[in-house]
Amino acid sequence: MNLSVKIGALTLQNPVTVASGTFGYGVEYAQLIDLNQLGAVVVKGIRLEPVRGNLTPRTVEVTSGLINAIGLQGPGVDGFIRKYWPFLKELKVPTIINIWGTTVVEYAEVARRFDALGGVGALELNVSCPNIKEGGAHFGTDVKLLGQVVGACRKATKLPLITKMSPNVVNITPYAKAAEAAGSDALSIMNSFPAMAIDIETRRPSLANVSGGLTGPCIKPIAVKLVWEAAKAVKIPIIGMGGIQSAADAIEFLMAGATAVAVGTANFYEPQTALQVIAGLRQFMKQKGIGDVREFIGSVQTGK
Amino acid sequence: MVEQTVQIVSNERDTDLYFRLIARAPQIAPLVQPGQFAHVRILPLREALLRRPFSIFQVSGETLSILYKTIGKGTEVLSRMRPGEELSMIGPLGHGFTVPRPKGETPLLVAGGYGMAALYLLAQRSPQKGIVLVGGRRRVDILCEEEFHALGWEVRVTTEDGSHGETGLVTQALLTELKRPTPGRKLFACGPTPMLKAVGRLAAEFDLPAELSLDEHMSCGIGVCLTCVVPIKAGDSWEYQRTCTDGPVFDSREVAWEAVE
Repeated sequence: MNLSVKIGALTLQNPVTVASGTFGYGVEYAQLIDLNQLGAVVVKGIRLEPVRGNLTPRTVEVTSGLINAIGLQGPGVDGFIRKYWPFLKELKVPTIINIWGTTVVEYAEVARRFDALGGVGALELNVSCPNIKEGGAHFGTDVKLLGQVVGACRKATKLPLITKMSPNVVNITPYAKAAEAAGSDALSIMNSFPAMAIDIETRRPSLANVSGGLTGPCIKPIAVKLVWEAAKAVKIPIIGMGGIQSAADAIEFLMAGATAVAVGTANFYEPQTALQVIAGLRQFMKQKGIGDVREFIGSVQTGK
Repeated sequence: MVEQTVQIVSNERDTDLYFRLIARAPQIAPLVQPGQFAHVRILPLREALLRRPFSIFQVSGETLSILYKTIGKGTEVLSRMRPGEELSMIGPLGHGFTVPRPKGETPLLVAGGYGMAALYLLAQRSPQKGIVLVGGRRRVDILCEEEFHALGWEVRVTTEDGSHGETGLVTQALLTELKRPTPGRKLFACGPTPMLKAVGRLAAEFDLPAELSLDEHMSCGIGVCLTCVVPIKAGDSWEYQRTCTDGPVFDSREVAWEAVE
């Protein structure tokens, strides 16, 4: 039975990864799950300098979901390399590093730093965080800027580049095509949806940042459609994500056109989810007599 | 840190909105240190996804207990669960209290309401017995007083409405106690943030060490989501640290109180 898939030049032993920002730097989960069973570890977004993040409260639970406005708190490139890379580089599975910046120049510089580090599996460009005023989302919602930032990173590194798309666009197709044209090897679809909750007792927003990004099972059907639309528009592989809790959820994304998937918010409440998805995927393939997971990719039948 | 399915042994109302739950958690219970917590997934909750953190109250062999207040949909559903039903639990989690060394400091505990539960194991495992000051709004907010008596500790109660013990705030009782010069004391506190802030201020005023258990909203409980952060001094500024893994217990002098929201 083959479960392995390719994301650009990177081979994953199975198509199940984790979503950036929901898995820390991997090490936090090491006592609870065997990280070496994953397709890849994807770390929280890193820019050049350490980032303090937003004020609290930073998350609020909503029906079948979570709204967050963490603000990309992180140790910066040097802090990451010092504190977390010694652990990650010993893993048998690839590490995908999610990077961001406030300018095109900074994105490229972070890409260059990780290119020089050696041993990194791939870079995921976060052009779509809804909780950062400068950088983040506006790169992902402006086709021209998106092309520039992907192009600059493409020049800065030979590592596989994955562009993490914003869902906050009328039509994802031109954005997917722009990232592909600028040299992205793959797309992650997608980041969280802009959202808000209000405490009716205090008449205050539930988050200090007022609004945040919605994730969790409530967004899954929207994410599946975005993957399906983008898959029709580009030839590069797609990593699908949004509310995955089970193998059945993951298989939907594959059938919509994703080559791999990422488990996100579920890591917060059930750390075993990614491993359960892998086990369930094997079981489904066995049940259906399917020898290669790639048979699922884009196999949804929309004709009559 | 272990994740396991645990079985409810008992789940009984204590007073008013407070419940005591005992669970059989053979892999977690023996590892628990004072001040640590368990992160609990209440399986019958369908649309509320996140785990709920609870301070661990007592430990006995393969069982552990929590003392909780029904304050939202999670704890309400939990309060209706019966013996034999199961929960998913990750624990023990967090950086707890420093148990005093034999012939070391004399602990002076300060609790607000059910924050008292988080201090029980510390009292039980401390070689020196001390005083616990506990405050609440009403009589029903004062919990586990007898358990502390049973350990041979002195319990001083304050209630805001005067229905039990002295009338007033626990921090007023603390001030009275601190004015009595006694060498080698150390404060340990758990309760609402305004109370902890007042304890921190008094500790500074009397130049006493204080360990405070901070209570913040959590999502993951294991250090990845960065929901439960609190401002901790770093150089001449401060940085956000995680209540779930860097805490919940912090040295009062390290907290950047001016930035606490």
